[in-house]
Amino acid sequence: MSTVTRTETTPRADAGAGPEAAPLLELEGVGKTFGHIRALDGISLTVGAGEVTCILGDNGAGKSTLIKIIAGLYKPTSGRYLVDGEPVDFSSPRQALDRGIATVYQDLAMVPLMPVWRNFFLGSELRKGVGPFRMLDSVRMRRIADEELKKMGIDLPDIEAPVGNLSGGQRQVVAIARAVYFGARVLILDEPTAALGVKQSGVVLKYVNAARDAGLGVIFITHNPHHAYLVGDHFAVIKLGEMELDQPRSALTLDDLTHHMAGGAELDALQHELKRGEAPEVEPPHDAGREGPDVQTR
Amino acid sequence: MSQLLTPKAPPPAGGGAERNLRVHRRSALRTFMTRPEVGSLVGAIIVFTLFFSVSDTFRTGGALATILYASSTIGIMAVGVALLMIGGEFDLSAGVAVISSGLAASMFSWYFAVNVWVGAAFALAVSLAIGFLNGWILVRTRLPSFLVTLSMFLMLQGLNIAITKLITGQVSTTNISDMDGFDSARAVFASSFSVLGVDVRITVLWWLVFVGLATWVLMRTRVGNWIYAVGGNQESARAVGVPVAKVKIGLFMTVGFMAWFSGMHLLFMFNTVQSGEGVGNELLYIMAAVVGGCLLTGGYGTVIGAAIGAFIYGMTRQGIVYAGWDNNWVFFFVGAMLLLAVVVNGWVRTQANKR
Repeated sequence: MSTVTRTETTPRADAGAGPEAAPLLELEGVGKTFGHIRALDGISLTVGAGEVTCILGDNGAGKSTLIKIIAGLYKPTSGRYLVDGEPVDFSSPRQALDRGIATVYQDLAMVPLMPVWRNFFLGSELRKGVGPFRMLDSVRMRRIADEELKKMGIDLPDIEAPVGNLSGGQRQVVAIARAVYFGARVLILDEPTAALGVKQSGVVLKYVNAARDAGLGVIFITHNPHHAYLVGDHFAVIKLGEMELDQPRSALTLDDLTHHMAGGAELDALQHELKRGEAPEVEPPHDAGREGPDVQTR
Repeated sequence: MSQLLTPKAPPPAGGGAERNLRVHRRSALRTFMTRPEVGSLVGAIIVFTLFFSVSDTFRTGGALATILYASSTIGIMAVGVALLMIGGEFDLSAGVAVISSGLAASMFSWYFAVNVWVGAAFALAVSLAIGFLNGWILVRTRLPSFLVTLSMFLMLQGLNIAITKLITGQVSTTNISDMDGFDSARAVFASSFSVLGVDVRITVLWWLVFVGLATWVLMRTRVGNWIYAVGGNQESARAVGVPVAKVKIGLFMTVGFMAWFSGMHLLFMFNTVQSGEGVGNELLYIMAAVVGGCLLTGGYGTVIGAAIGAFIYGMTRQGIVYAGWDNNWVFFFVGAMLLLAVVVNGWVRTQANKR
């Protein structure tokens, strides 16, 4: 591994970022403990409109806890959470949703046995009629779901098909379309490409871009730096509950990102050691001054 | 490790022909075949044909009325149990809860010497409370409904007999047929009406009303959407803002309401209630729902299916009597029917969903 040179490789690094705009969502030194276990500590994050913030991290790094805090499922035990500059204290995902913070979960929050249109409107059903006879406006819901999916470039031949019959990528797109339709301003995507093949991942990444171009702030959680680098404007790597790296795209190459994700300094040490075939070295061979914890933290 | 990934210009969002979706529009027949009720409908036709060919009595209008009555006593409860099962839960206490309700109404009216309608109102409160308690414990403890309602079943079974003995000194309630309001209550819960010269029990009518109402709620209202959602994927439902706890408690209370209705029918039909009865019926309700295509795991099924399931039970129960066979064959047939229906339902579903 050569010394990393920070080359500008991004044609649109600052294009849609809009650094001057007031942040839609801001975390200041947020931490979360479960009893004696410190899941997150001192996480600061800013998400602006028309910006894709990628959060990377290995399994168990605390990504899921972070999303759950942002989505309103958990309350942070320390730090501040601001939406549009004002502190918020969500006690349910519904409240976060009402402020325009929508989460597309790994399991998509869809009910596989239910038709696409019912899933699309689940929890926010359109109704007609009055009093006890209020009923679902299924005609309108079917039409809108179909239109919204077409807008996203997805044309389902049968809006009555159970969601379980769709492919993983299609389900992601349905979930994204749903969030966008219901007025999401910040879209949190939890590992949207994790279980998908190459082509399906491409489909999803395309819609991440589409959502960003529509002016949404996107938080893209992944452990795939290649996917992150394709769409991200800002990158944060979380490790053992702490922020290891927090850089705009202009300050990073894919190499840097991959390096960090692969284990960063630890990997350097390992590589060094394996190359020489010598006894384990404790001292990180290079880049010790860079951000992020070194070997000894583990 | 120094490859550089030059991001391409943003790909054109949307517009692209994303037509490689492997979902085909299904034909009308396919759509029909994927209905949850198909298996039970086929089963009903088979059972009907069987008894129709072996028994002369089975072919009469009076027999049909009796079959419908037998079906309705199970079917009314199956409405609530099917809704609950679609919502992802069981209620093993449903069988004895019917008796609890009848006992509550009877003993309350008798002990305080009030109009039976007051007793009925008290019983309604008791039944809804039992349902609420089932749901509330389930939601609070997050225990499986099997355990929660099994406990409730055992407790109610004990309470039914113990309290009855305490109040009346016997294992059954006192006859309340001479009390105020009995006649009007009987008219509502246990009368008959005549259709083409055949006496039909009013429970058949109520059964149809409940099935219609529940189907409307399930298919056409927001609550119905939520019931399917909490049964299909509880976490997903919660994540999009469905009040999961309220839906579940509401479903248990619906079963409670149906138990109240069935209990009132028993009381005003027979004037007294035997406190030890009802055990085992909860499985018949579940059987009807499952034969009708409800998935034990929740999120799938219809109330109409459960009605057909109850009808199959009614036909088997009465058909064996009409055919002059030993009554003990009933449960064998019901069991075989259940097994067959589950297998056929599963098979039909996979076949119809094949592309």
